[in-house]
Order: sequence, then structure tokens, then C-alpha cells
Amino acid sequence: MIKPFAILLAVIAAPLVWTGPLAAQDLGQKPPEAGPIETTEEEGLSGSVSFEGDLEDLGIAIPGFATDRDAPTAANAGGTAALGKALAQVVFNDLRNNGLFKPVGPASLPQPGFGEITAPAWATWTNRSAEMLVGGYVRAGADGRLTVGCYLYDVALQKELARAGWVVPPVDWRRAGHKCADLVYSRLSGESPFFDSRIAYIAETGPKGARIKRLAIMDSDGANHRFITNGRATALTPRYSPDYRKLMYLSYVDKNPRIYVYDIGTGRQTLVAQSANPTFAPRWSPDGRSVLYSMAVGGNTDIYRVPATGGQATRLTNTPGIDIGGSYSPEGRQIVFESDRSGSQQCYLMNADGSGQRRISFGGTRCATPEWSPRGDQIAFTNASTFNIAVMSPSGGSVRTLTGGWQDEAPTWAPNGRVIQFFRTERNSGRAALYQVDLTGKNERRLPTPVDASDPAWGPILP
Amino acid sequence: MNRRIVTAALLAGTAMLSACKKEPPASLPPDPTPTATSSTSSGADTGAAVLGTQAHFENAVNGQNVIYFDTDKFDIDSADAAALQTQAAYLQQYTQIAITVEGHADERGTREYNLALGERRANSAKNYLIGLGLAENRIATVSHGKERPVALGSSEATWAQNRRAVSVVVN
Repeated sequence: MIKPFAILLAVIAAPLVWTGPLAAQDLGQKPPEAGPIETTEEEGLSGSVSFEGDLEDLGIAIPGFATDRDAPTAANAGGTAALGKALAQVVFNDLRNNGLFKPVGPASLPQPGFGEITAPAWATWTNRSAEMLVGGYVRAGADGRLTVGCYLYDVALQKELARAGWVVPPVDWRRAGHKCADLVYSRLSGESPFFDSRIAYIAETGPKGARIKRLAIMDSDGANHRFITNGRATALTPRYSPDYRKLMYLSYVDKNPRIYVYDIGTGRQTLVAQSANPTFAPRWSPDGRSVLYSMAVGGNTDIYRVPATGGQATRLTNTPGIDIGGSYSPEGRQIVFESDRSGSQQCYLMNADGSGQRRISFGGTRCATPEWSPRGDQIAFTNASTFNIAVMSPSGGSVRTLTGGWQDEAPTWAPNGRVIQFFRTERNSGRAALYQVDLTGKNERRLPTPVDASDPAWGPILP
Repeated sequence: MNRRIVTAALLAGTAMLSACKKEPPASLPPDPTPTATSSTSSGADTGAAVLGTQAHFENAVNGQNVIYFDTDKFDIDSADAAALQTQAAYLQQYTQIAITVEGHADERGTREYNLALGERRANSAKNYLIGLGLAENRIATVSHGKERPVALGSSEATWAQNRRAVSVVVN
């Protein structure tokens, strides 16, 4: 017996106050706040899947999401019927663009009716050699918000494998599609979700000798793109806070490179360190309570930790040379960082208090920009001798090179630790673009961005 | 104007020294755009440029306001020392001038490391100038990492031109 659609609740983010810009700002556009979405329905039913074989060969039919009545909505000029097709397209694109399964999209499938979402017409789908079926619906509520349901069926078993539902404001309709793609991906692969997430990066325009670099953000699929800074000052190396409420990045807005913490809700922007010295390489701790930054004093760069709310900074490294960056292990106990104390860029581990510093990279090449996987089992880094992206175990072993561009650098992990983004620079022209590759080294693809792009920073699953 | 003669002699001497540099860039970077000369003439012209401008400084030091580094290095070699001595002579003559040393790296490095490396190179130049007797508060530093290359290709020759520290007159 299939339950009727559950009544779903959503939490509306309290509108936060947008205060006027402070001095030394270069901010053009306020980014969206990350309003939480609440799910009331339990995760899907368990049970075995009939399909045996490689998941990349698994056929998944994703017809348009159905609607109970074609109602107007702020999310789509064509009403909820057109929105249903667009939602299915988001799910289809997420899976197809990441090389996951063999999805078939709504453009080449019959449109199921509203009643068929909970009671699929099995014959329709068995005839299309689809092993799996994603059924979805969208309804517009009286308050304008949208209720979106997502069901995953095993066609051979004629059985429901998973279901979930969400209530979203119209502006967040794509998030419901990403949540559905995450549900399908997680149920079939056993991995954690990653589609419902955002990326901060640097948008690049202009000639090689005078590039204009702007802080920008987008959803994991490139949608909802926004420029945050106006480009009058060079912006570099952004990082989303784990709760998506703040962005740290480097700006030359006062002519010197310094790390700023930008509070998205209040528009307030503060220096990470009240110092005349240049600061680089901002990083959040996994719990968002601490930040790491690197500061050069008299030309000597070391790594510091300071509470995210401000206060006394603690110096974590103390060697002559460049100690820079830092990426926490998921539970926050250790930090992997980069140092040239041995004479060339290498990767080191230390405890979160700076004790126990030891080198882990011994491959005979330079190790730079180490980033700890959210799963904890791998560290991604830039091979700064060959300029490829590679991964290694936290002890420095099992090195695997994943990319082969002329110059690839700055890996950043998907929230589930299965996919890595980085940026690739072209020889001579200096043009840069964002790329993505999975941990097998397969499914490498360029991410669509409005202009050239570098310094990607992938945030966690949205709250 | 005995002092000017002394300066000229110093400049000539360091120009000879700089000829000994082991691996000079294949070609020098293009001339920077001259700073607009809005101030009134002080009478201390070098060529057509006015004292207090970048053009005046560069003319006086014969283009040796830039020093170059080997890959990943930040040490001051003999050619760098000669250039910095020339800069120091100018700054000792014109005590009202302050400079910023801009440190740069080539594109064959990761972004954040190159920012730190540029800062290290700028400080190498600054510390050498302080060692020659210049006051610390007349010399600021800023790193541009690999963000502002002056040679735009992707060859060893262009990278050699971009691994540099540039002294710029503060207006």
C-alpha cells in the first residue's frame, strides 16, 4: 500500500538584515542565503536491487515530473506542468553529466500522469529497457511554495526503492531536483549525496598581463550563477563556510593581499587578521569554528589559526620558509599543509594544535595545495612538478595521478569525497577553466562557466 | 652639482657589474607606461622625466629597478646586488622618495605558494636595500604572485622575465 503524499514542512529562513557596505569593499552583488529545506519523510525503503552489473550501465528512465493541476508558479513561466519537465531535466543532467548510470531524460519519454507517480504503469517502462524509473511530482501550494516528491522504482521487481519529498520556495526549485538526483545516486551507489551543493570560484576576464578576477558562486551544476565582487580589486582563493553563511577570500581591495571574511547575511566584511602583514590561503575547520590563514612576516610565511568569531590567533608553524594552506581531517584532529622547509614544496601533517609536524610526501616531485577528502580516506594535491591533480592516502602512500592537463592545480572535493574539481590553465594564453574528474580518473569534464574560471571551492551539502 | 656626478659614476659602475649576470632574461620587459607628470618641474630632471615619477627613477637607474630570480629562488645574486646598489644610490640622493618593491613569480607554480614566494622576493630586495643604509620605512613590499606577468608567453625565457622584484616610486 502506497502512502498518500505526506504533508511536508519547511523552515523559512528568517530574513537577515542587509546593512550598508563598509569601507574597503568591492562587493557588487549579494549572494543568496542558504535557506534550509526540511524533509519529513523517512529515507526510502530498503531491499535488494534487481540489477547486477556496472552501475554506469544501469538504465534509468526520468520522465517529466507530474503535477496535480497546471498552476502558475514563480519558478516557471509555463506553470507547474512545465516546471515538472524542468525538474526531471535537472535530475537527468546531474546523472548524465557526472557519468553516472545511463539516464534517459524527459524529452524522449512519455509524460506520466499524476496518479502514475505512486502507481507506475510498469509496462510502459519495461518496454523501454529501463532498469530503474524515477517518478516525481510538483505541486504549488497556496503560499506559492512548491512541494516536490521523488520516487525511485526498480522496474523489474516492480518495487519502490526510495522516496523523499521537499517543500521549497520557488527560487529554490532546482534544489529539489538536485535532492532527487542525490536520492537516486545514493540509493543505487551506496555513496553519500553531493549534488545539492554550491561552488565558489574566481571568474576571470581580460588580457593575461592584467586579468580581472571576480569572486563568483554557482550551484554544483553551474546554475544560479552570480558575481559577488565587481572586479575593481583582484579577488582570489575563496572558501565557503561549512554553513554557507560566510565566504572567505583574498582581495587586493586595499592594494595589498589580505584575507576577508564576508558575512552573506549581514553584508559585513572583516579582515581575518588585524595586521599590516599580507595574509593568504583562507581555510575553514570542518565545524566552522576556526579558520586557518597564512601570514607573511618579513617574507617568512607561517600558518595561523584564529576563532571564526575573531580573537587571539595561534601560530601553528614556525620554520624559516613558506608554510601555507592547510586542510583539516574530517573530524578536525589533524591538518595537512604545504611547506618548502625541505627546499621544495612538500606536504606535511600536523595535529590541530600544531604539534607533531611531519612530512608525508616523498614521491620526488613537489606536493602542493593538499586537500583532505570529506570521507577522510584520501588527500588530493597538486603535483607542482608536473602540474597534475593526484590523490594519496593520509600517510602519503598509494599516490594516483588523475589528470593530465598542461597545468592543473587546486583540487577541491565534492561533499561525498568521490569527485574532485580543479582548474586547468592553457599554455601561452593563460586562460583557465574549471574541470571535474572522479576518483577513478574517469568522467573528466569541463564545467560550464560564463567566463574563464579558476580557484574552485566546493562547499558541503546545503543545510 | 658634484653629487650628480658621483651618482653618475656609481650608475656607470653598477652597469658594468650587471653585465656579469649569469642568466639574464632573453629580452627585457617592455617599458612601463610613463607616469603622468602632473607635478611642477623641480629642475632635477633626468631626461624628460620629473623627480618623483617612476620614469625619473627608471631613467636614473638605467632600467635597473627590476631584479630577477631563478625558479623558486629568492636570493640576491651579484647582478641583483648591482641593481639594488644603483637603486640605493638614487634613494640616498633623493631622500624624499619612498618605494614599494613588488614581488612576482612565474606562472609555473601554484597560486598561493607564488603569493608567498613573491612576498619573499620583495623582502629580499628590501632587506638588501636596508643593508645599504636605507630606512626601513621608505620601502614597502607587496606580492602579486603570478597574477601580473610582464612577459606573456609560456617559455623558459618568459618565465625568467616574470620571476622579478620591481621597485616602484610611491606617489
